[in-house]
Amino acid sequence: MADIAVQTKGQTPSVEGATKPANALDARLSALSLPQGGFALARRDALSRLQDMGLPGSRDEYWRYTDPRPFNAPEATALPVPQEQATPLFETLDRLTLVFVDGVFDEAASDDLALEGVEITTLAKADEANWAADLYGRLEAAGQNPVRRPFATLNTAAAQDGLLIRVTGKPSKPIHVVHRRASDNADAIWHHVIRVEAGAELTLLETGMSGARSNSVIEVDLAEGAAFHHVASKRAVDSRVGIGHIFARVAAKAQFKSFTLSVNGTVMRNEAVIDIAGDDAVAHIAAAVLGDGGKAPFHQDDTVFITHGAERCESRQVFKKVLKNGAQGVFQGKILVKPGAQKTDGYQISQALLLDERSQFLAKPELEIYADDVKCSHGSTTGAIDDEALFYLRSRGVPRERAIVFLVLSFLADALAEIEDEAIRDCIYERLDVWLTLNAVQ
Amino acid sequence: MTATIDLEVREGVDRETVETVQSMGSYKYGWDTEIEMDYAPKGLNEDIVRLISQKNEEPEWMLEWRLEAYRRWITMTEPKWAMLNYPEIDYQDQYYYARPKSMEVKPKSLDEVDPKLLATYEKLGIPLKEQMILAGVEGALPSPGVDMAIAASEGRRVAVDAVFDSVSVGTTFKDELAKAGVIFCSISEAIREHPELVKKYLGSVVPQSDNYFATLNSAVFSDGSFVYVPKGVKCPMELSTYFRINAENTGQFERTLIIADKGSHVSYLEGCTAPKRDTHQLHAAVVEIVVLEDAEVKYSTVQNWYPGDEEGKGGIYNFVTKRADCREARAKVMWTQVETGSAITWKYPSCILRGDESQGEFYSIAIANNMQQADTGTKMIHLGRNTRSRIVSKGISAGKAQNTYRGLVTMHPRATNSRNYTQCDSLLIGDQCGAHTVPYIEVKNTSSRVEHEATTSKVDDDQLFYCRQRGMDEEEAVALVVNGFCREVLQALPMEFAMEAQSLVAISLEGSVG
Repeated sequence: MADIAVQTKGQTPSVEGATKPANALDARLSALSLPQGGFALARRDALSRLQDMGLPGSRDEYWRYTDPRPFNAPEATALPVPQEQATPLFETLDRLTLVFVDGVFDEAASDDLALEGVEITTLAKADEANWAADLYGRLEAAGQNPVRRPFATLNTAAAQDGLLIRVTGKPSKPIHVVHRRASDNADAIWHHVIRVEAGAELTLLETGMSGARSNSVIEVDLAEGAAFHHVASKRAVDSRVGIGHIFARVAAKAQFKSFTLSVNGTVMRNEAVIDIAGDDAVAHIAAAVLGDGGKAPFHQDDTVFITHGAERCESRQVFKKVLKNGAQGVFQGKILVKPGAQKTDGYQISQALLLDERSQFLAKPELEIYADDVKCSHGSTTGAIDDEALFYLRSRGVPRERAIVFLVLSFLADALAEIEDEAIRDCIYERLDVWLTLNAVQ
Repeated sequence: MTATIDLEVREGVDRETVETVQSMGSYKYGWDTEIEMDYAPKGLNEDIVRLISQKNEEPEWMLEWRLEAYRRWITMTEPKWAMLNYPEIDYQDQYYYARPKSMEVKPKSLDEVDPKLLATYEKLGIPLKEQMILAGVEGALPSPGVDMAIAASEGRRVAVDAVFDSVSVGTTFKDELAKAGVIFCSISEAIREHPELVKKYLGSVVPQSDNYFATLNSAVFSDGSFVYVPKGVKCPMELSTYFRINAENTGQFERTLIIADKGSHVSYLEGCTAPKRDTHQLHAAVVEIVVLEDAEVKYSTVQNWYPGDEEGKGGIYNFVTKRADCREARAKVMWTQVETGSAITWKYPSCILRGDESQGEFYSIAIANNMQQADTGTKMIHLGRNTRSRIVSKGISAGKAQNTYRGLVTMHPRATNSRNYTQCDSLLIGDQCGAHTVPYIEVKNTSSRVEHEATTSKVDDDQLFYCRQRGMDEEEAVALVVNGFCREVLQALPMEFAMEAQSLVAISLEGSVG
């Protein structure tokens, strides 16, 4: 594998997009070192599925608003590793910290893998006897219909490491995954599998960045009455390329909640595929995005697919994007209500605040409904800062810059409200306030 | 009526009522006219294109234009992105030209038209004789023509271009319109009589190779209407076209071109019906509207093609490209559509808002019942500054139907200070149908505001209960609630159509309650 990697090294990513998908895939695969062992069966299956689907092209409807080429390129574009950031997020909280460096678990830098009610192993060390062997790649494979998500399949085939977390109780503190960078051109691929057993609960925090380019998959399987809370902060101070997928299966009465804060980054795409499979279940997904295209281009894409397959379930999608200096925000969200999924309550809102003339927001909020006794709605708005609101604040003595920070924070409030834990929410608010003040709009 | 057996009858509904309503044939225009026809040979090739051109006595440039489109079409593939499911269409198993034998020699006036044809339109309620309009016509509601007749009897007049299969039978009030400078005739006549206008504008809004169906239409369109309203003229009456498909296995490909010159004003109505047939029939039309400075065009459609039976047998495949180009400042266009017919509807009347301060509006009611499938919506392309658009779409699904709203709103970087408001609501009646929304929203400048809202719900039980309590039967109650749901769109229709549309809404839903 290493030999092939050397051969393709230095190859510039194809700009035409005209290269045959099969060749593009071969080039992409040969640049990867496919791990041996550790769920070999699931990985082989993923590889053959990937060969069938190929990589997305520029004319792919599913990639209408985001250029897939940075993800198709065989090599990550090298980026110097920045100086270590000052205060990492969630520092003040009691938590179990697990460190990943360029997508690989760093045992020395992490806390012990011990938390009551939780069983944690790492993907790199797992063998076929591991409880997750049956689950690894399963939800990812199920999430390929009706649209293909080849980068998730590529991840299943080639993930270097990840966490396998099984929760049987209610742990006293959250698990915090901290990502760090070490090498200038690392292509980080990690894959977590999380199973929350009946009635159990888990909060997962994620911060930082691995790799110059990253590809992550989280598979979350929630048993009856289980609860999973996920809060991620994807912050990129430099131009980076990243794609992430969450695949979740939510059983009866279970609760899935995910919030992501995305700040900068050259091309970021977050996909969530949530299958609400049991009655009375709840799934909420939210994101706050702050994009400044000033120093480096910014393009952030949230693509969500929620399937209601059971009765009396609730889903919410709340996406808020603040864009400036030519930043681009994308939202593609879909609610599918299957026949018989009566009493579904589906809600979706995507809003963008454009802070200058050059920024763009591109949205495709979809509903596909096959049951009659449902309440589904979606809304999407795009606009600038409200001059009247600004005038109101200024007339009360708030300086213009501070007033804009207030207005942006209040614009984001609905998304942040989706974070249930107050202490975690406060951490995010604080971080946002600092960022907004430092990057004040004139 | 096997469907009745499985039908779940909700509490408080008399099963007998439901069954009676179900067994009622609701399509009122399903009869056919027995008339001798001339057909072009079945299938499509360059010779057929030449034949159509020759039958229409077209100049050479028009034939070249058609052939160019045809050559382009054979290299294209049918689009499959719509949420529509239908068997492969065999484009060679159709007639592309059908003309009543009696139309072989073009009648000089309506008096010379075959009485059988005139009787067809009379039965449909379309007033083809000018004196009839003055006298007023009596007939049973609802029918597209009767409302026109009512309008006429109230002193409002409507000029009609009647298209029967591939040819225009006649156009009324031509002379009177000519006095105002308005040209209203069939497109084949316009190609012969006003080539300079046709050459300048045909294909300028919907280019020959715009999409698969528009390209097919460009190659084989047989007739349609042409309207030119000169500078500063407010068209003295409503204009309308009535399309009737009669012949079996025949596609209808009409082309409409409307040009509203600076400061002019015109309202245009379109209606259509077809007989009940067991086989599907293809209809691929193109409507192009050019709106110049300060001009205003209102285009209203009541689409009532045969929708097929309860099992999805027969019905029209309706693939239509409609587009208006607000080419200059303050141009305004308003699309209103009531889509109740067709087995398959693929239709996205669009507005290109090129001129500064131009405006586009789209009001739509799409009703799909039984096995009908509709994928319809609009595109609002904001290119000019201070442009405004408004979309109000109401989709109703009943039976086993699938109804999709698909729309695009795009604000280009130059389209500063523009506004869009979109409201699309879906109503589901019964648990076997589907309602879908696929909007694309692209905002590329910050001073514009775009708002999109969509809801999906079912007919509210409380509202139904309230109506039932006051003595309405289930059908009436549903019709009332649905009419309320559609009110915003119905109000946007010209008076001639509003009443008809209202009753159509009720009729299309007959048999869907249960």
